[in-house]
Amino acid sequence: MKIDIILAGVGGQGILSIASTIGVAAVKKGLYLKQAEVHGMSQRGGDVQSHFRLADYEIASDLIPMGKADLIIAVEPMESLRYLPWLAKDGWVITNDQPFINIPNYPDEAALKAELDKLPNKVVINADQIAKDLGSARSANMVILGAAAPFLKMEYAEIEDAVRTIFARKGDAVVNTNLACLKAGYDFAQKNQ
Amino acid sequence: MAKILLLGDEAIAQGALDAGLSGVYAYPGTPSTEITEYIQNSKQAAEGHIHSIWAGNEKTAMESAIGMSYAGKRALVCMKHVGLNVAADPFMNSSITGANGGLVVLVADDPSMHSSQDEQDSRYYAKFALIPTMEPSNQQEAYDMAYDAFELSEKFHTPVLLRVTTRLAHSRAGVERRAARPQNELNVCSNPKQFVLLPANARVHYRALLAKQADFETEAENSKYNFYKEGTDKKMGIIASGIGYNYLMENFVGTTCPYPVLKISQYPVPTKLVAKMVDECESVLVVEEGYPLIEDQLRGLLNRTGNIKGRMDGTLPRDGELNPNLVAKALGMPDSYGTPVPEIVAPRPPALCNGCPHIDTYLALNEAMKEHGPGKVFADIGCYTLGALPPYKAIYTTVDMGASITMAKGAADAGMSPCVAVIGDSTFTHSGMTSLLDAIYENTPITVLILDNSTTGMTGGQDSHALGRIGNICKGLGVAEEHIRIITPLAKNHDANVQVIKEELAYNGVSVIVPTRECIQTLSRRMKAQAKK
Repeated sequence: MKIDIILAGVGGQGILSIASTIGVAAVKKGLYLKQAEVHGMSQRGGDVQSHFRLADYEIASDLIPMGKADLIIAVEPMESLRYLPWLAKDGWVITNDQPFINIPNYPDEAALKAELDKLPNKVVINADQIAKDLGSARSANMVILGAAAPFLKMEYAEIEDAVRTIFARKGDAVVNTNLACLKAGYDFAQKNQ
Repeated sequence: MAKILLLGDEAIAQGALDAGLSGVYAYPGTPSTEITEYIQNSKQAAEGHIHSIWAGNEKTAMESAIGMSYAGKRALVCMKHVGLNVAADPFMNSSITGANGGLVVLVADDPSMHSSQDEQDSRYYAKFALIPTMEPSNQQEAYDMAYDAFELSEKFHTPVLLRVTTRLAHSRAGVERRAARPQNELNVCSNPKQFVLLPANARVHYRALLAKQADFETEAENSKYNFYKEGTDKKMGIIASGIGYNYLMENFVGTTCPYPVLKISQYPVPTKLVAKMVDECESVLVVEEGYPLIEDQLRGLLNRTGNIKGRMDGTLPRDGELNPNLVAKALGMPDSYGTPVPEIVAPRPPALCNGCPHIDTYLALNEAMKEHGPGKVFADIGCYTLGALPPYKAIYTTVDMGASITMAKGAADAGMSPCVAVIGDSTFTHSGMTSLLDAIYENTPITVLILDNSTTGMTGGQDSHALGRIGNICKGLGVAEEHIRIITPLAKNHDANVQVIKEELAYNGVSVIVPTRECIQTLSRRMKAQAKK
């Protein structure tokens, strides 16, 4: 078993919180893990990505070969498209549909939507709105993780467990909000894949 | 012991701690910063009173580490690749003095220049200094090598260079720890000649260093990090070093590589192992991250056999970091690719943060410089280097730490006017103070902007040696007090700030303007921490 994930977003959006949650679940299962991150200059509002690899055998490369990723998980729609060269033919794109516009030549809404529509396997979700409705705008990443959960080759309960572990020290209220966001994303993905 | 998830950098830090480290010395620089930060946050380090305060620059860091080694304790010095240029003088000479307590020089190279101005390969420095190099291929080796490098250093009384590259430095995996070893006792070097590099002593030490070369090579031949895997198909043999080994093996997941493979992770290059491969294979592919160091030595100037493949004959690209796809192509294996990036996807380069003080400084500077035309602002290394990009396009040079001031001076000497330097507070104390002194000594007409955001911003907000000292440093160096102008870069002060810059541009001598406002990132972190309290 292996699963290769490209996590994508803009520096400062916190894609690594998704990675660390999956990481906790993976370590508990005894899987091997490699996670290449971007630190330094690009973190200043530039495009950032993380290569996240899980397997039940020892992983060789820190980088996922092009054309071999099982999933792209993006917290920003244009960024979900930047890594398509890495996605396997039968791979899935799970992305937030809320743009983060910090460049003058950001594509217009219709053109972006048209490109997302072209993807054969996708879950496109308004994670910002769902998180806001559940009372925690900052938990959009957990909505996206929930939307990716059906594709992670793990039990949903294992991911819930990881969320509990990650947020435990912040108290029950925070844990429960994040679990609700996770569930909302999960339910959306079940209905909209 | 259960595995813990660590970045390559963190694995090095933990390995050094478990090896009985007494002090880490470093100046922040991507991709090396996380090593020192890990030690600063480590409970184990705090309990052991392990020194971990940032140094002023890589040279002072290297010298402090040599001092700790002189006193008999284990010292780690960390820097990015270009930092070793700054530390080159003490580094080269530390190979002549040799080490007393274990001395490990960690250099993190940045092939593909993700956050750097070049992609120089630090293995050349170790070869130049005639000392051993260790180059981990994964996080476990990063941990183990940090531990073993200290043993090697003390066994041969030599500094050891530990080289990582960006991908390993910033990639996380499970690492198994060893039992922690206690720190060395204070044991001051008892040989009064060892650290006195008078020519008469240095000649003796240098001969001793030359005599150690055979031992270093024997260590590399027998190192557990270097091994020869037999293969059935001898049409090709493959030498893979460091992280290049992973990219090679990625292409044989679930199968066996049919070719003989020699993994090299400890240097000097183990000649016997290399000779075995060259003798038994029709051709040899060399896969190394960085410059073609091994390949160049194998090939030689005349390239008589013509059967050494790698970066020098185009089998692999000459520049940039490797990846599994490039290695697949070099092996003649089928390449894989998803779908192309849609045309609408726009580049998203890094940018100054919203609310960044540098923005207000650049807007004021651009207005003051309008009448003088482009090409007259020299800059330096830091977040403010982003001022070269639109919408600011405010600066015209970035070469190395501290160069802004001395380049402005050189241009002024050539007759250019006005000449403006832009440098950050931390970069100024790193390497700008002596530059400023050069200008003061001759009263060269330059205007220096020291952007004081009270931190080392680009690398994530480390403490700056300049904190609260810029004005006094400039005064002490000899800048006339009335030409040290502290301003606050805020939109509401724009007109006043333009006026100050214009006044100093008109002054025929050295003036310093210090736009002072805290980095928006460290400010918001501080506010959050305060709110929590």
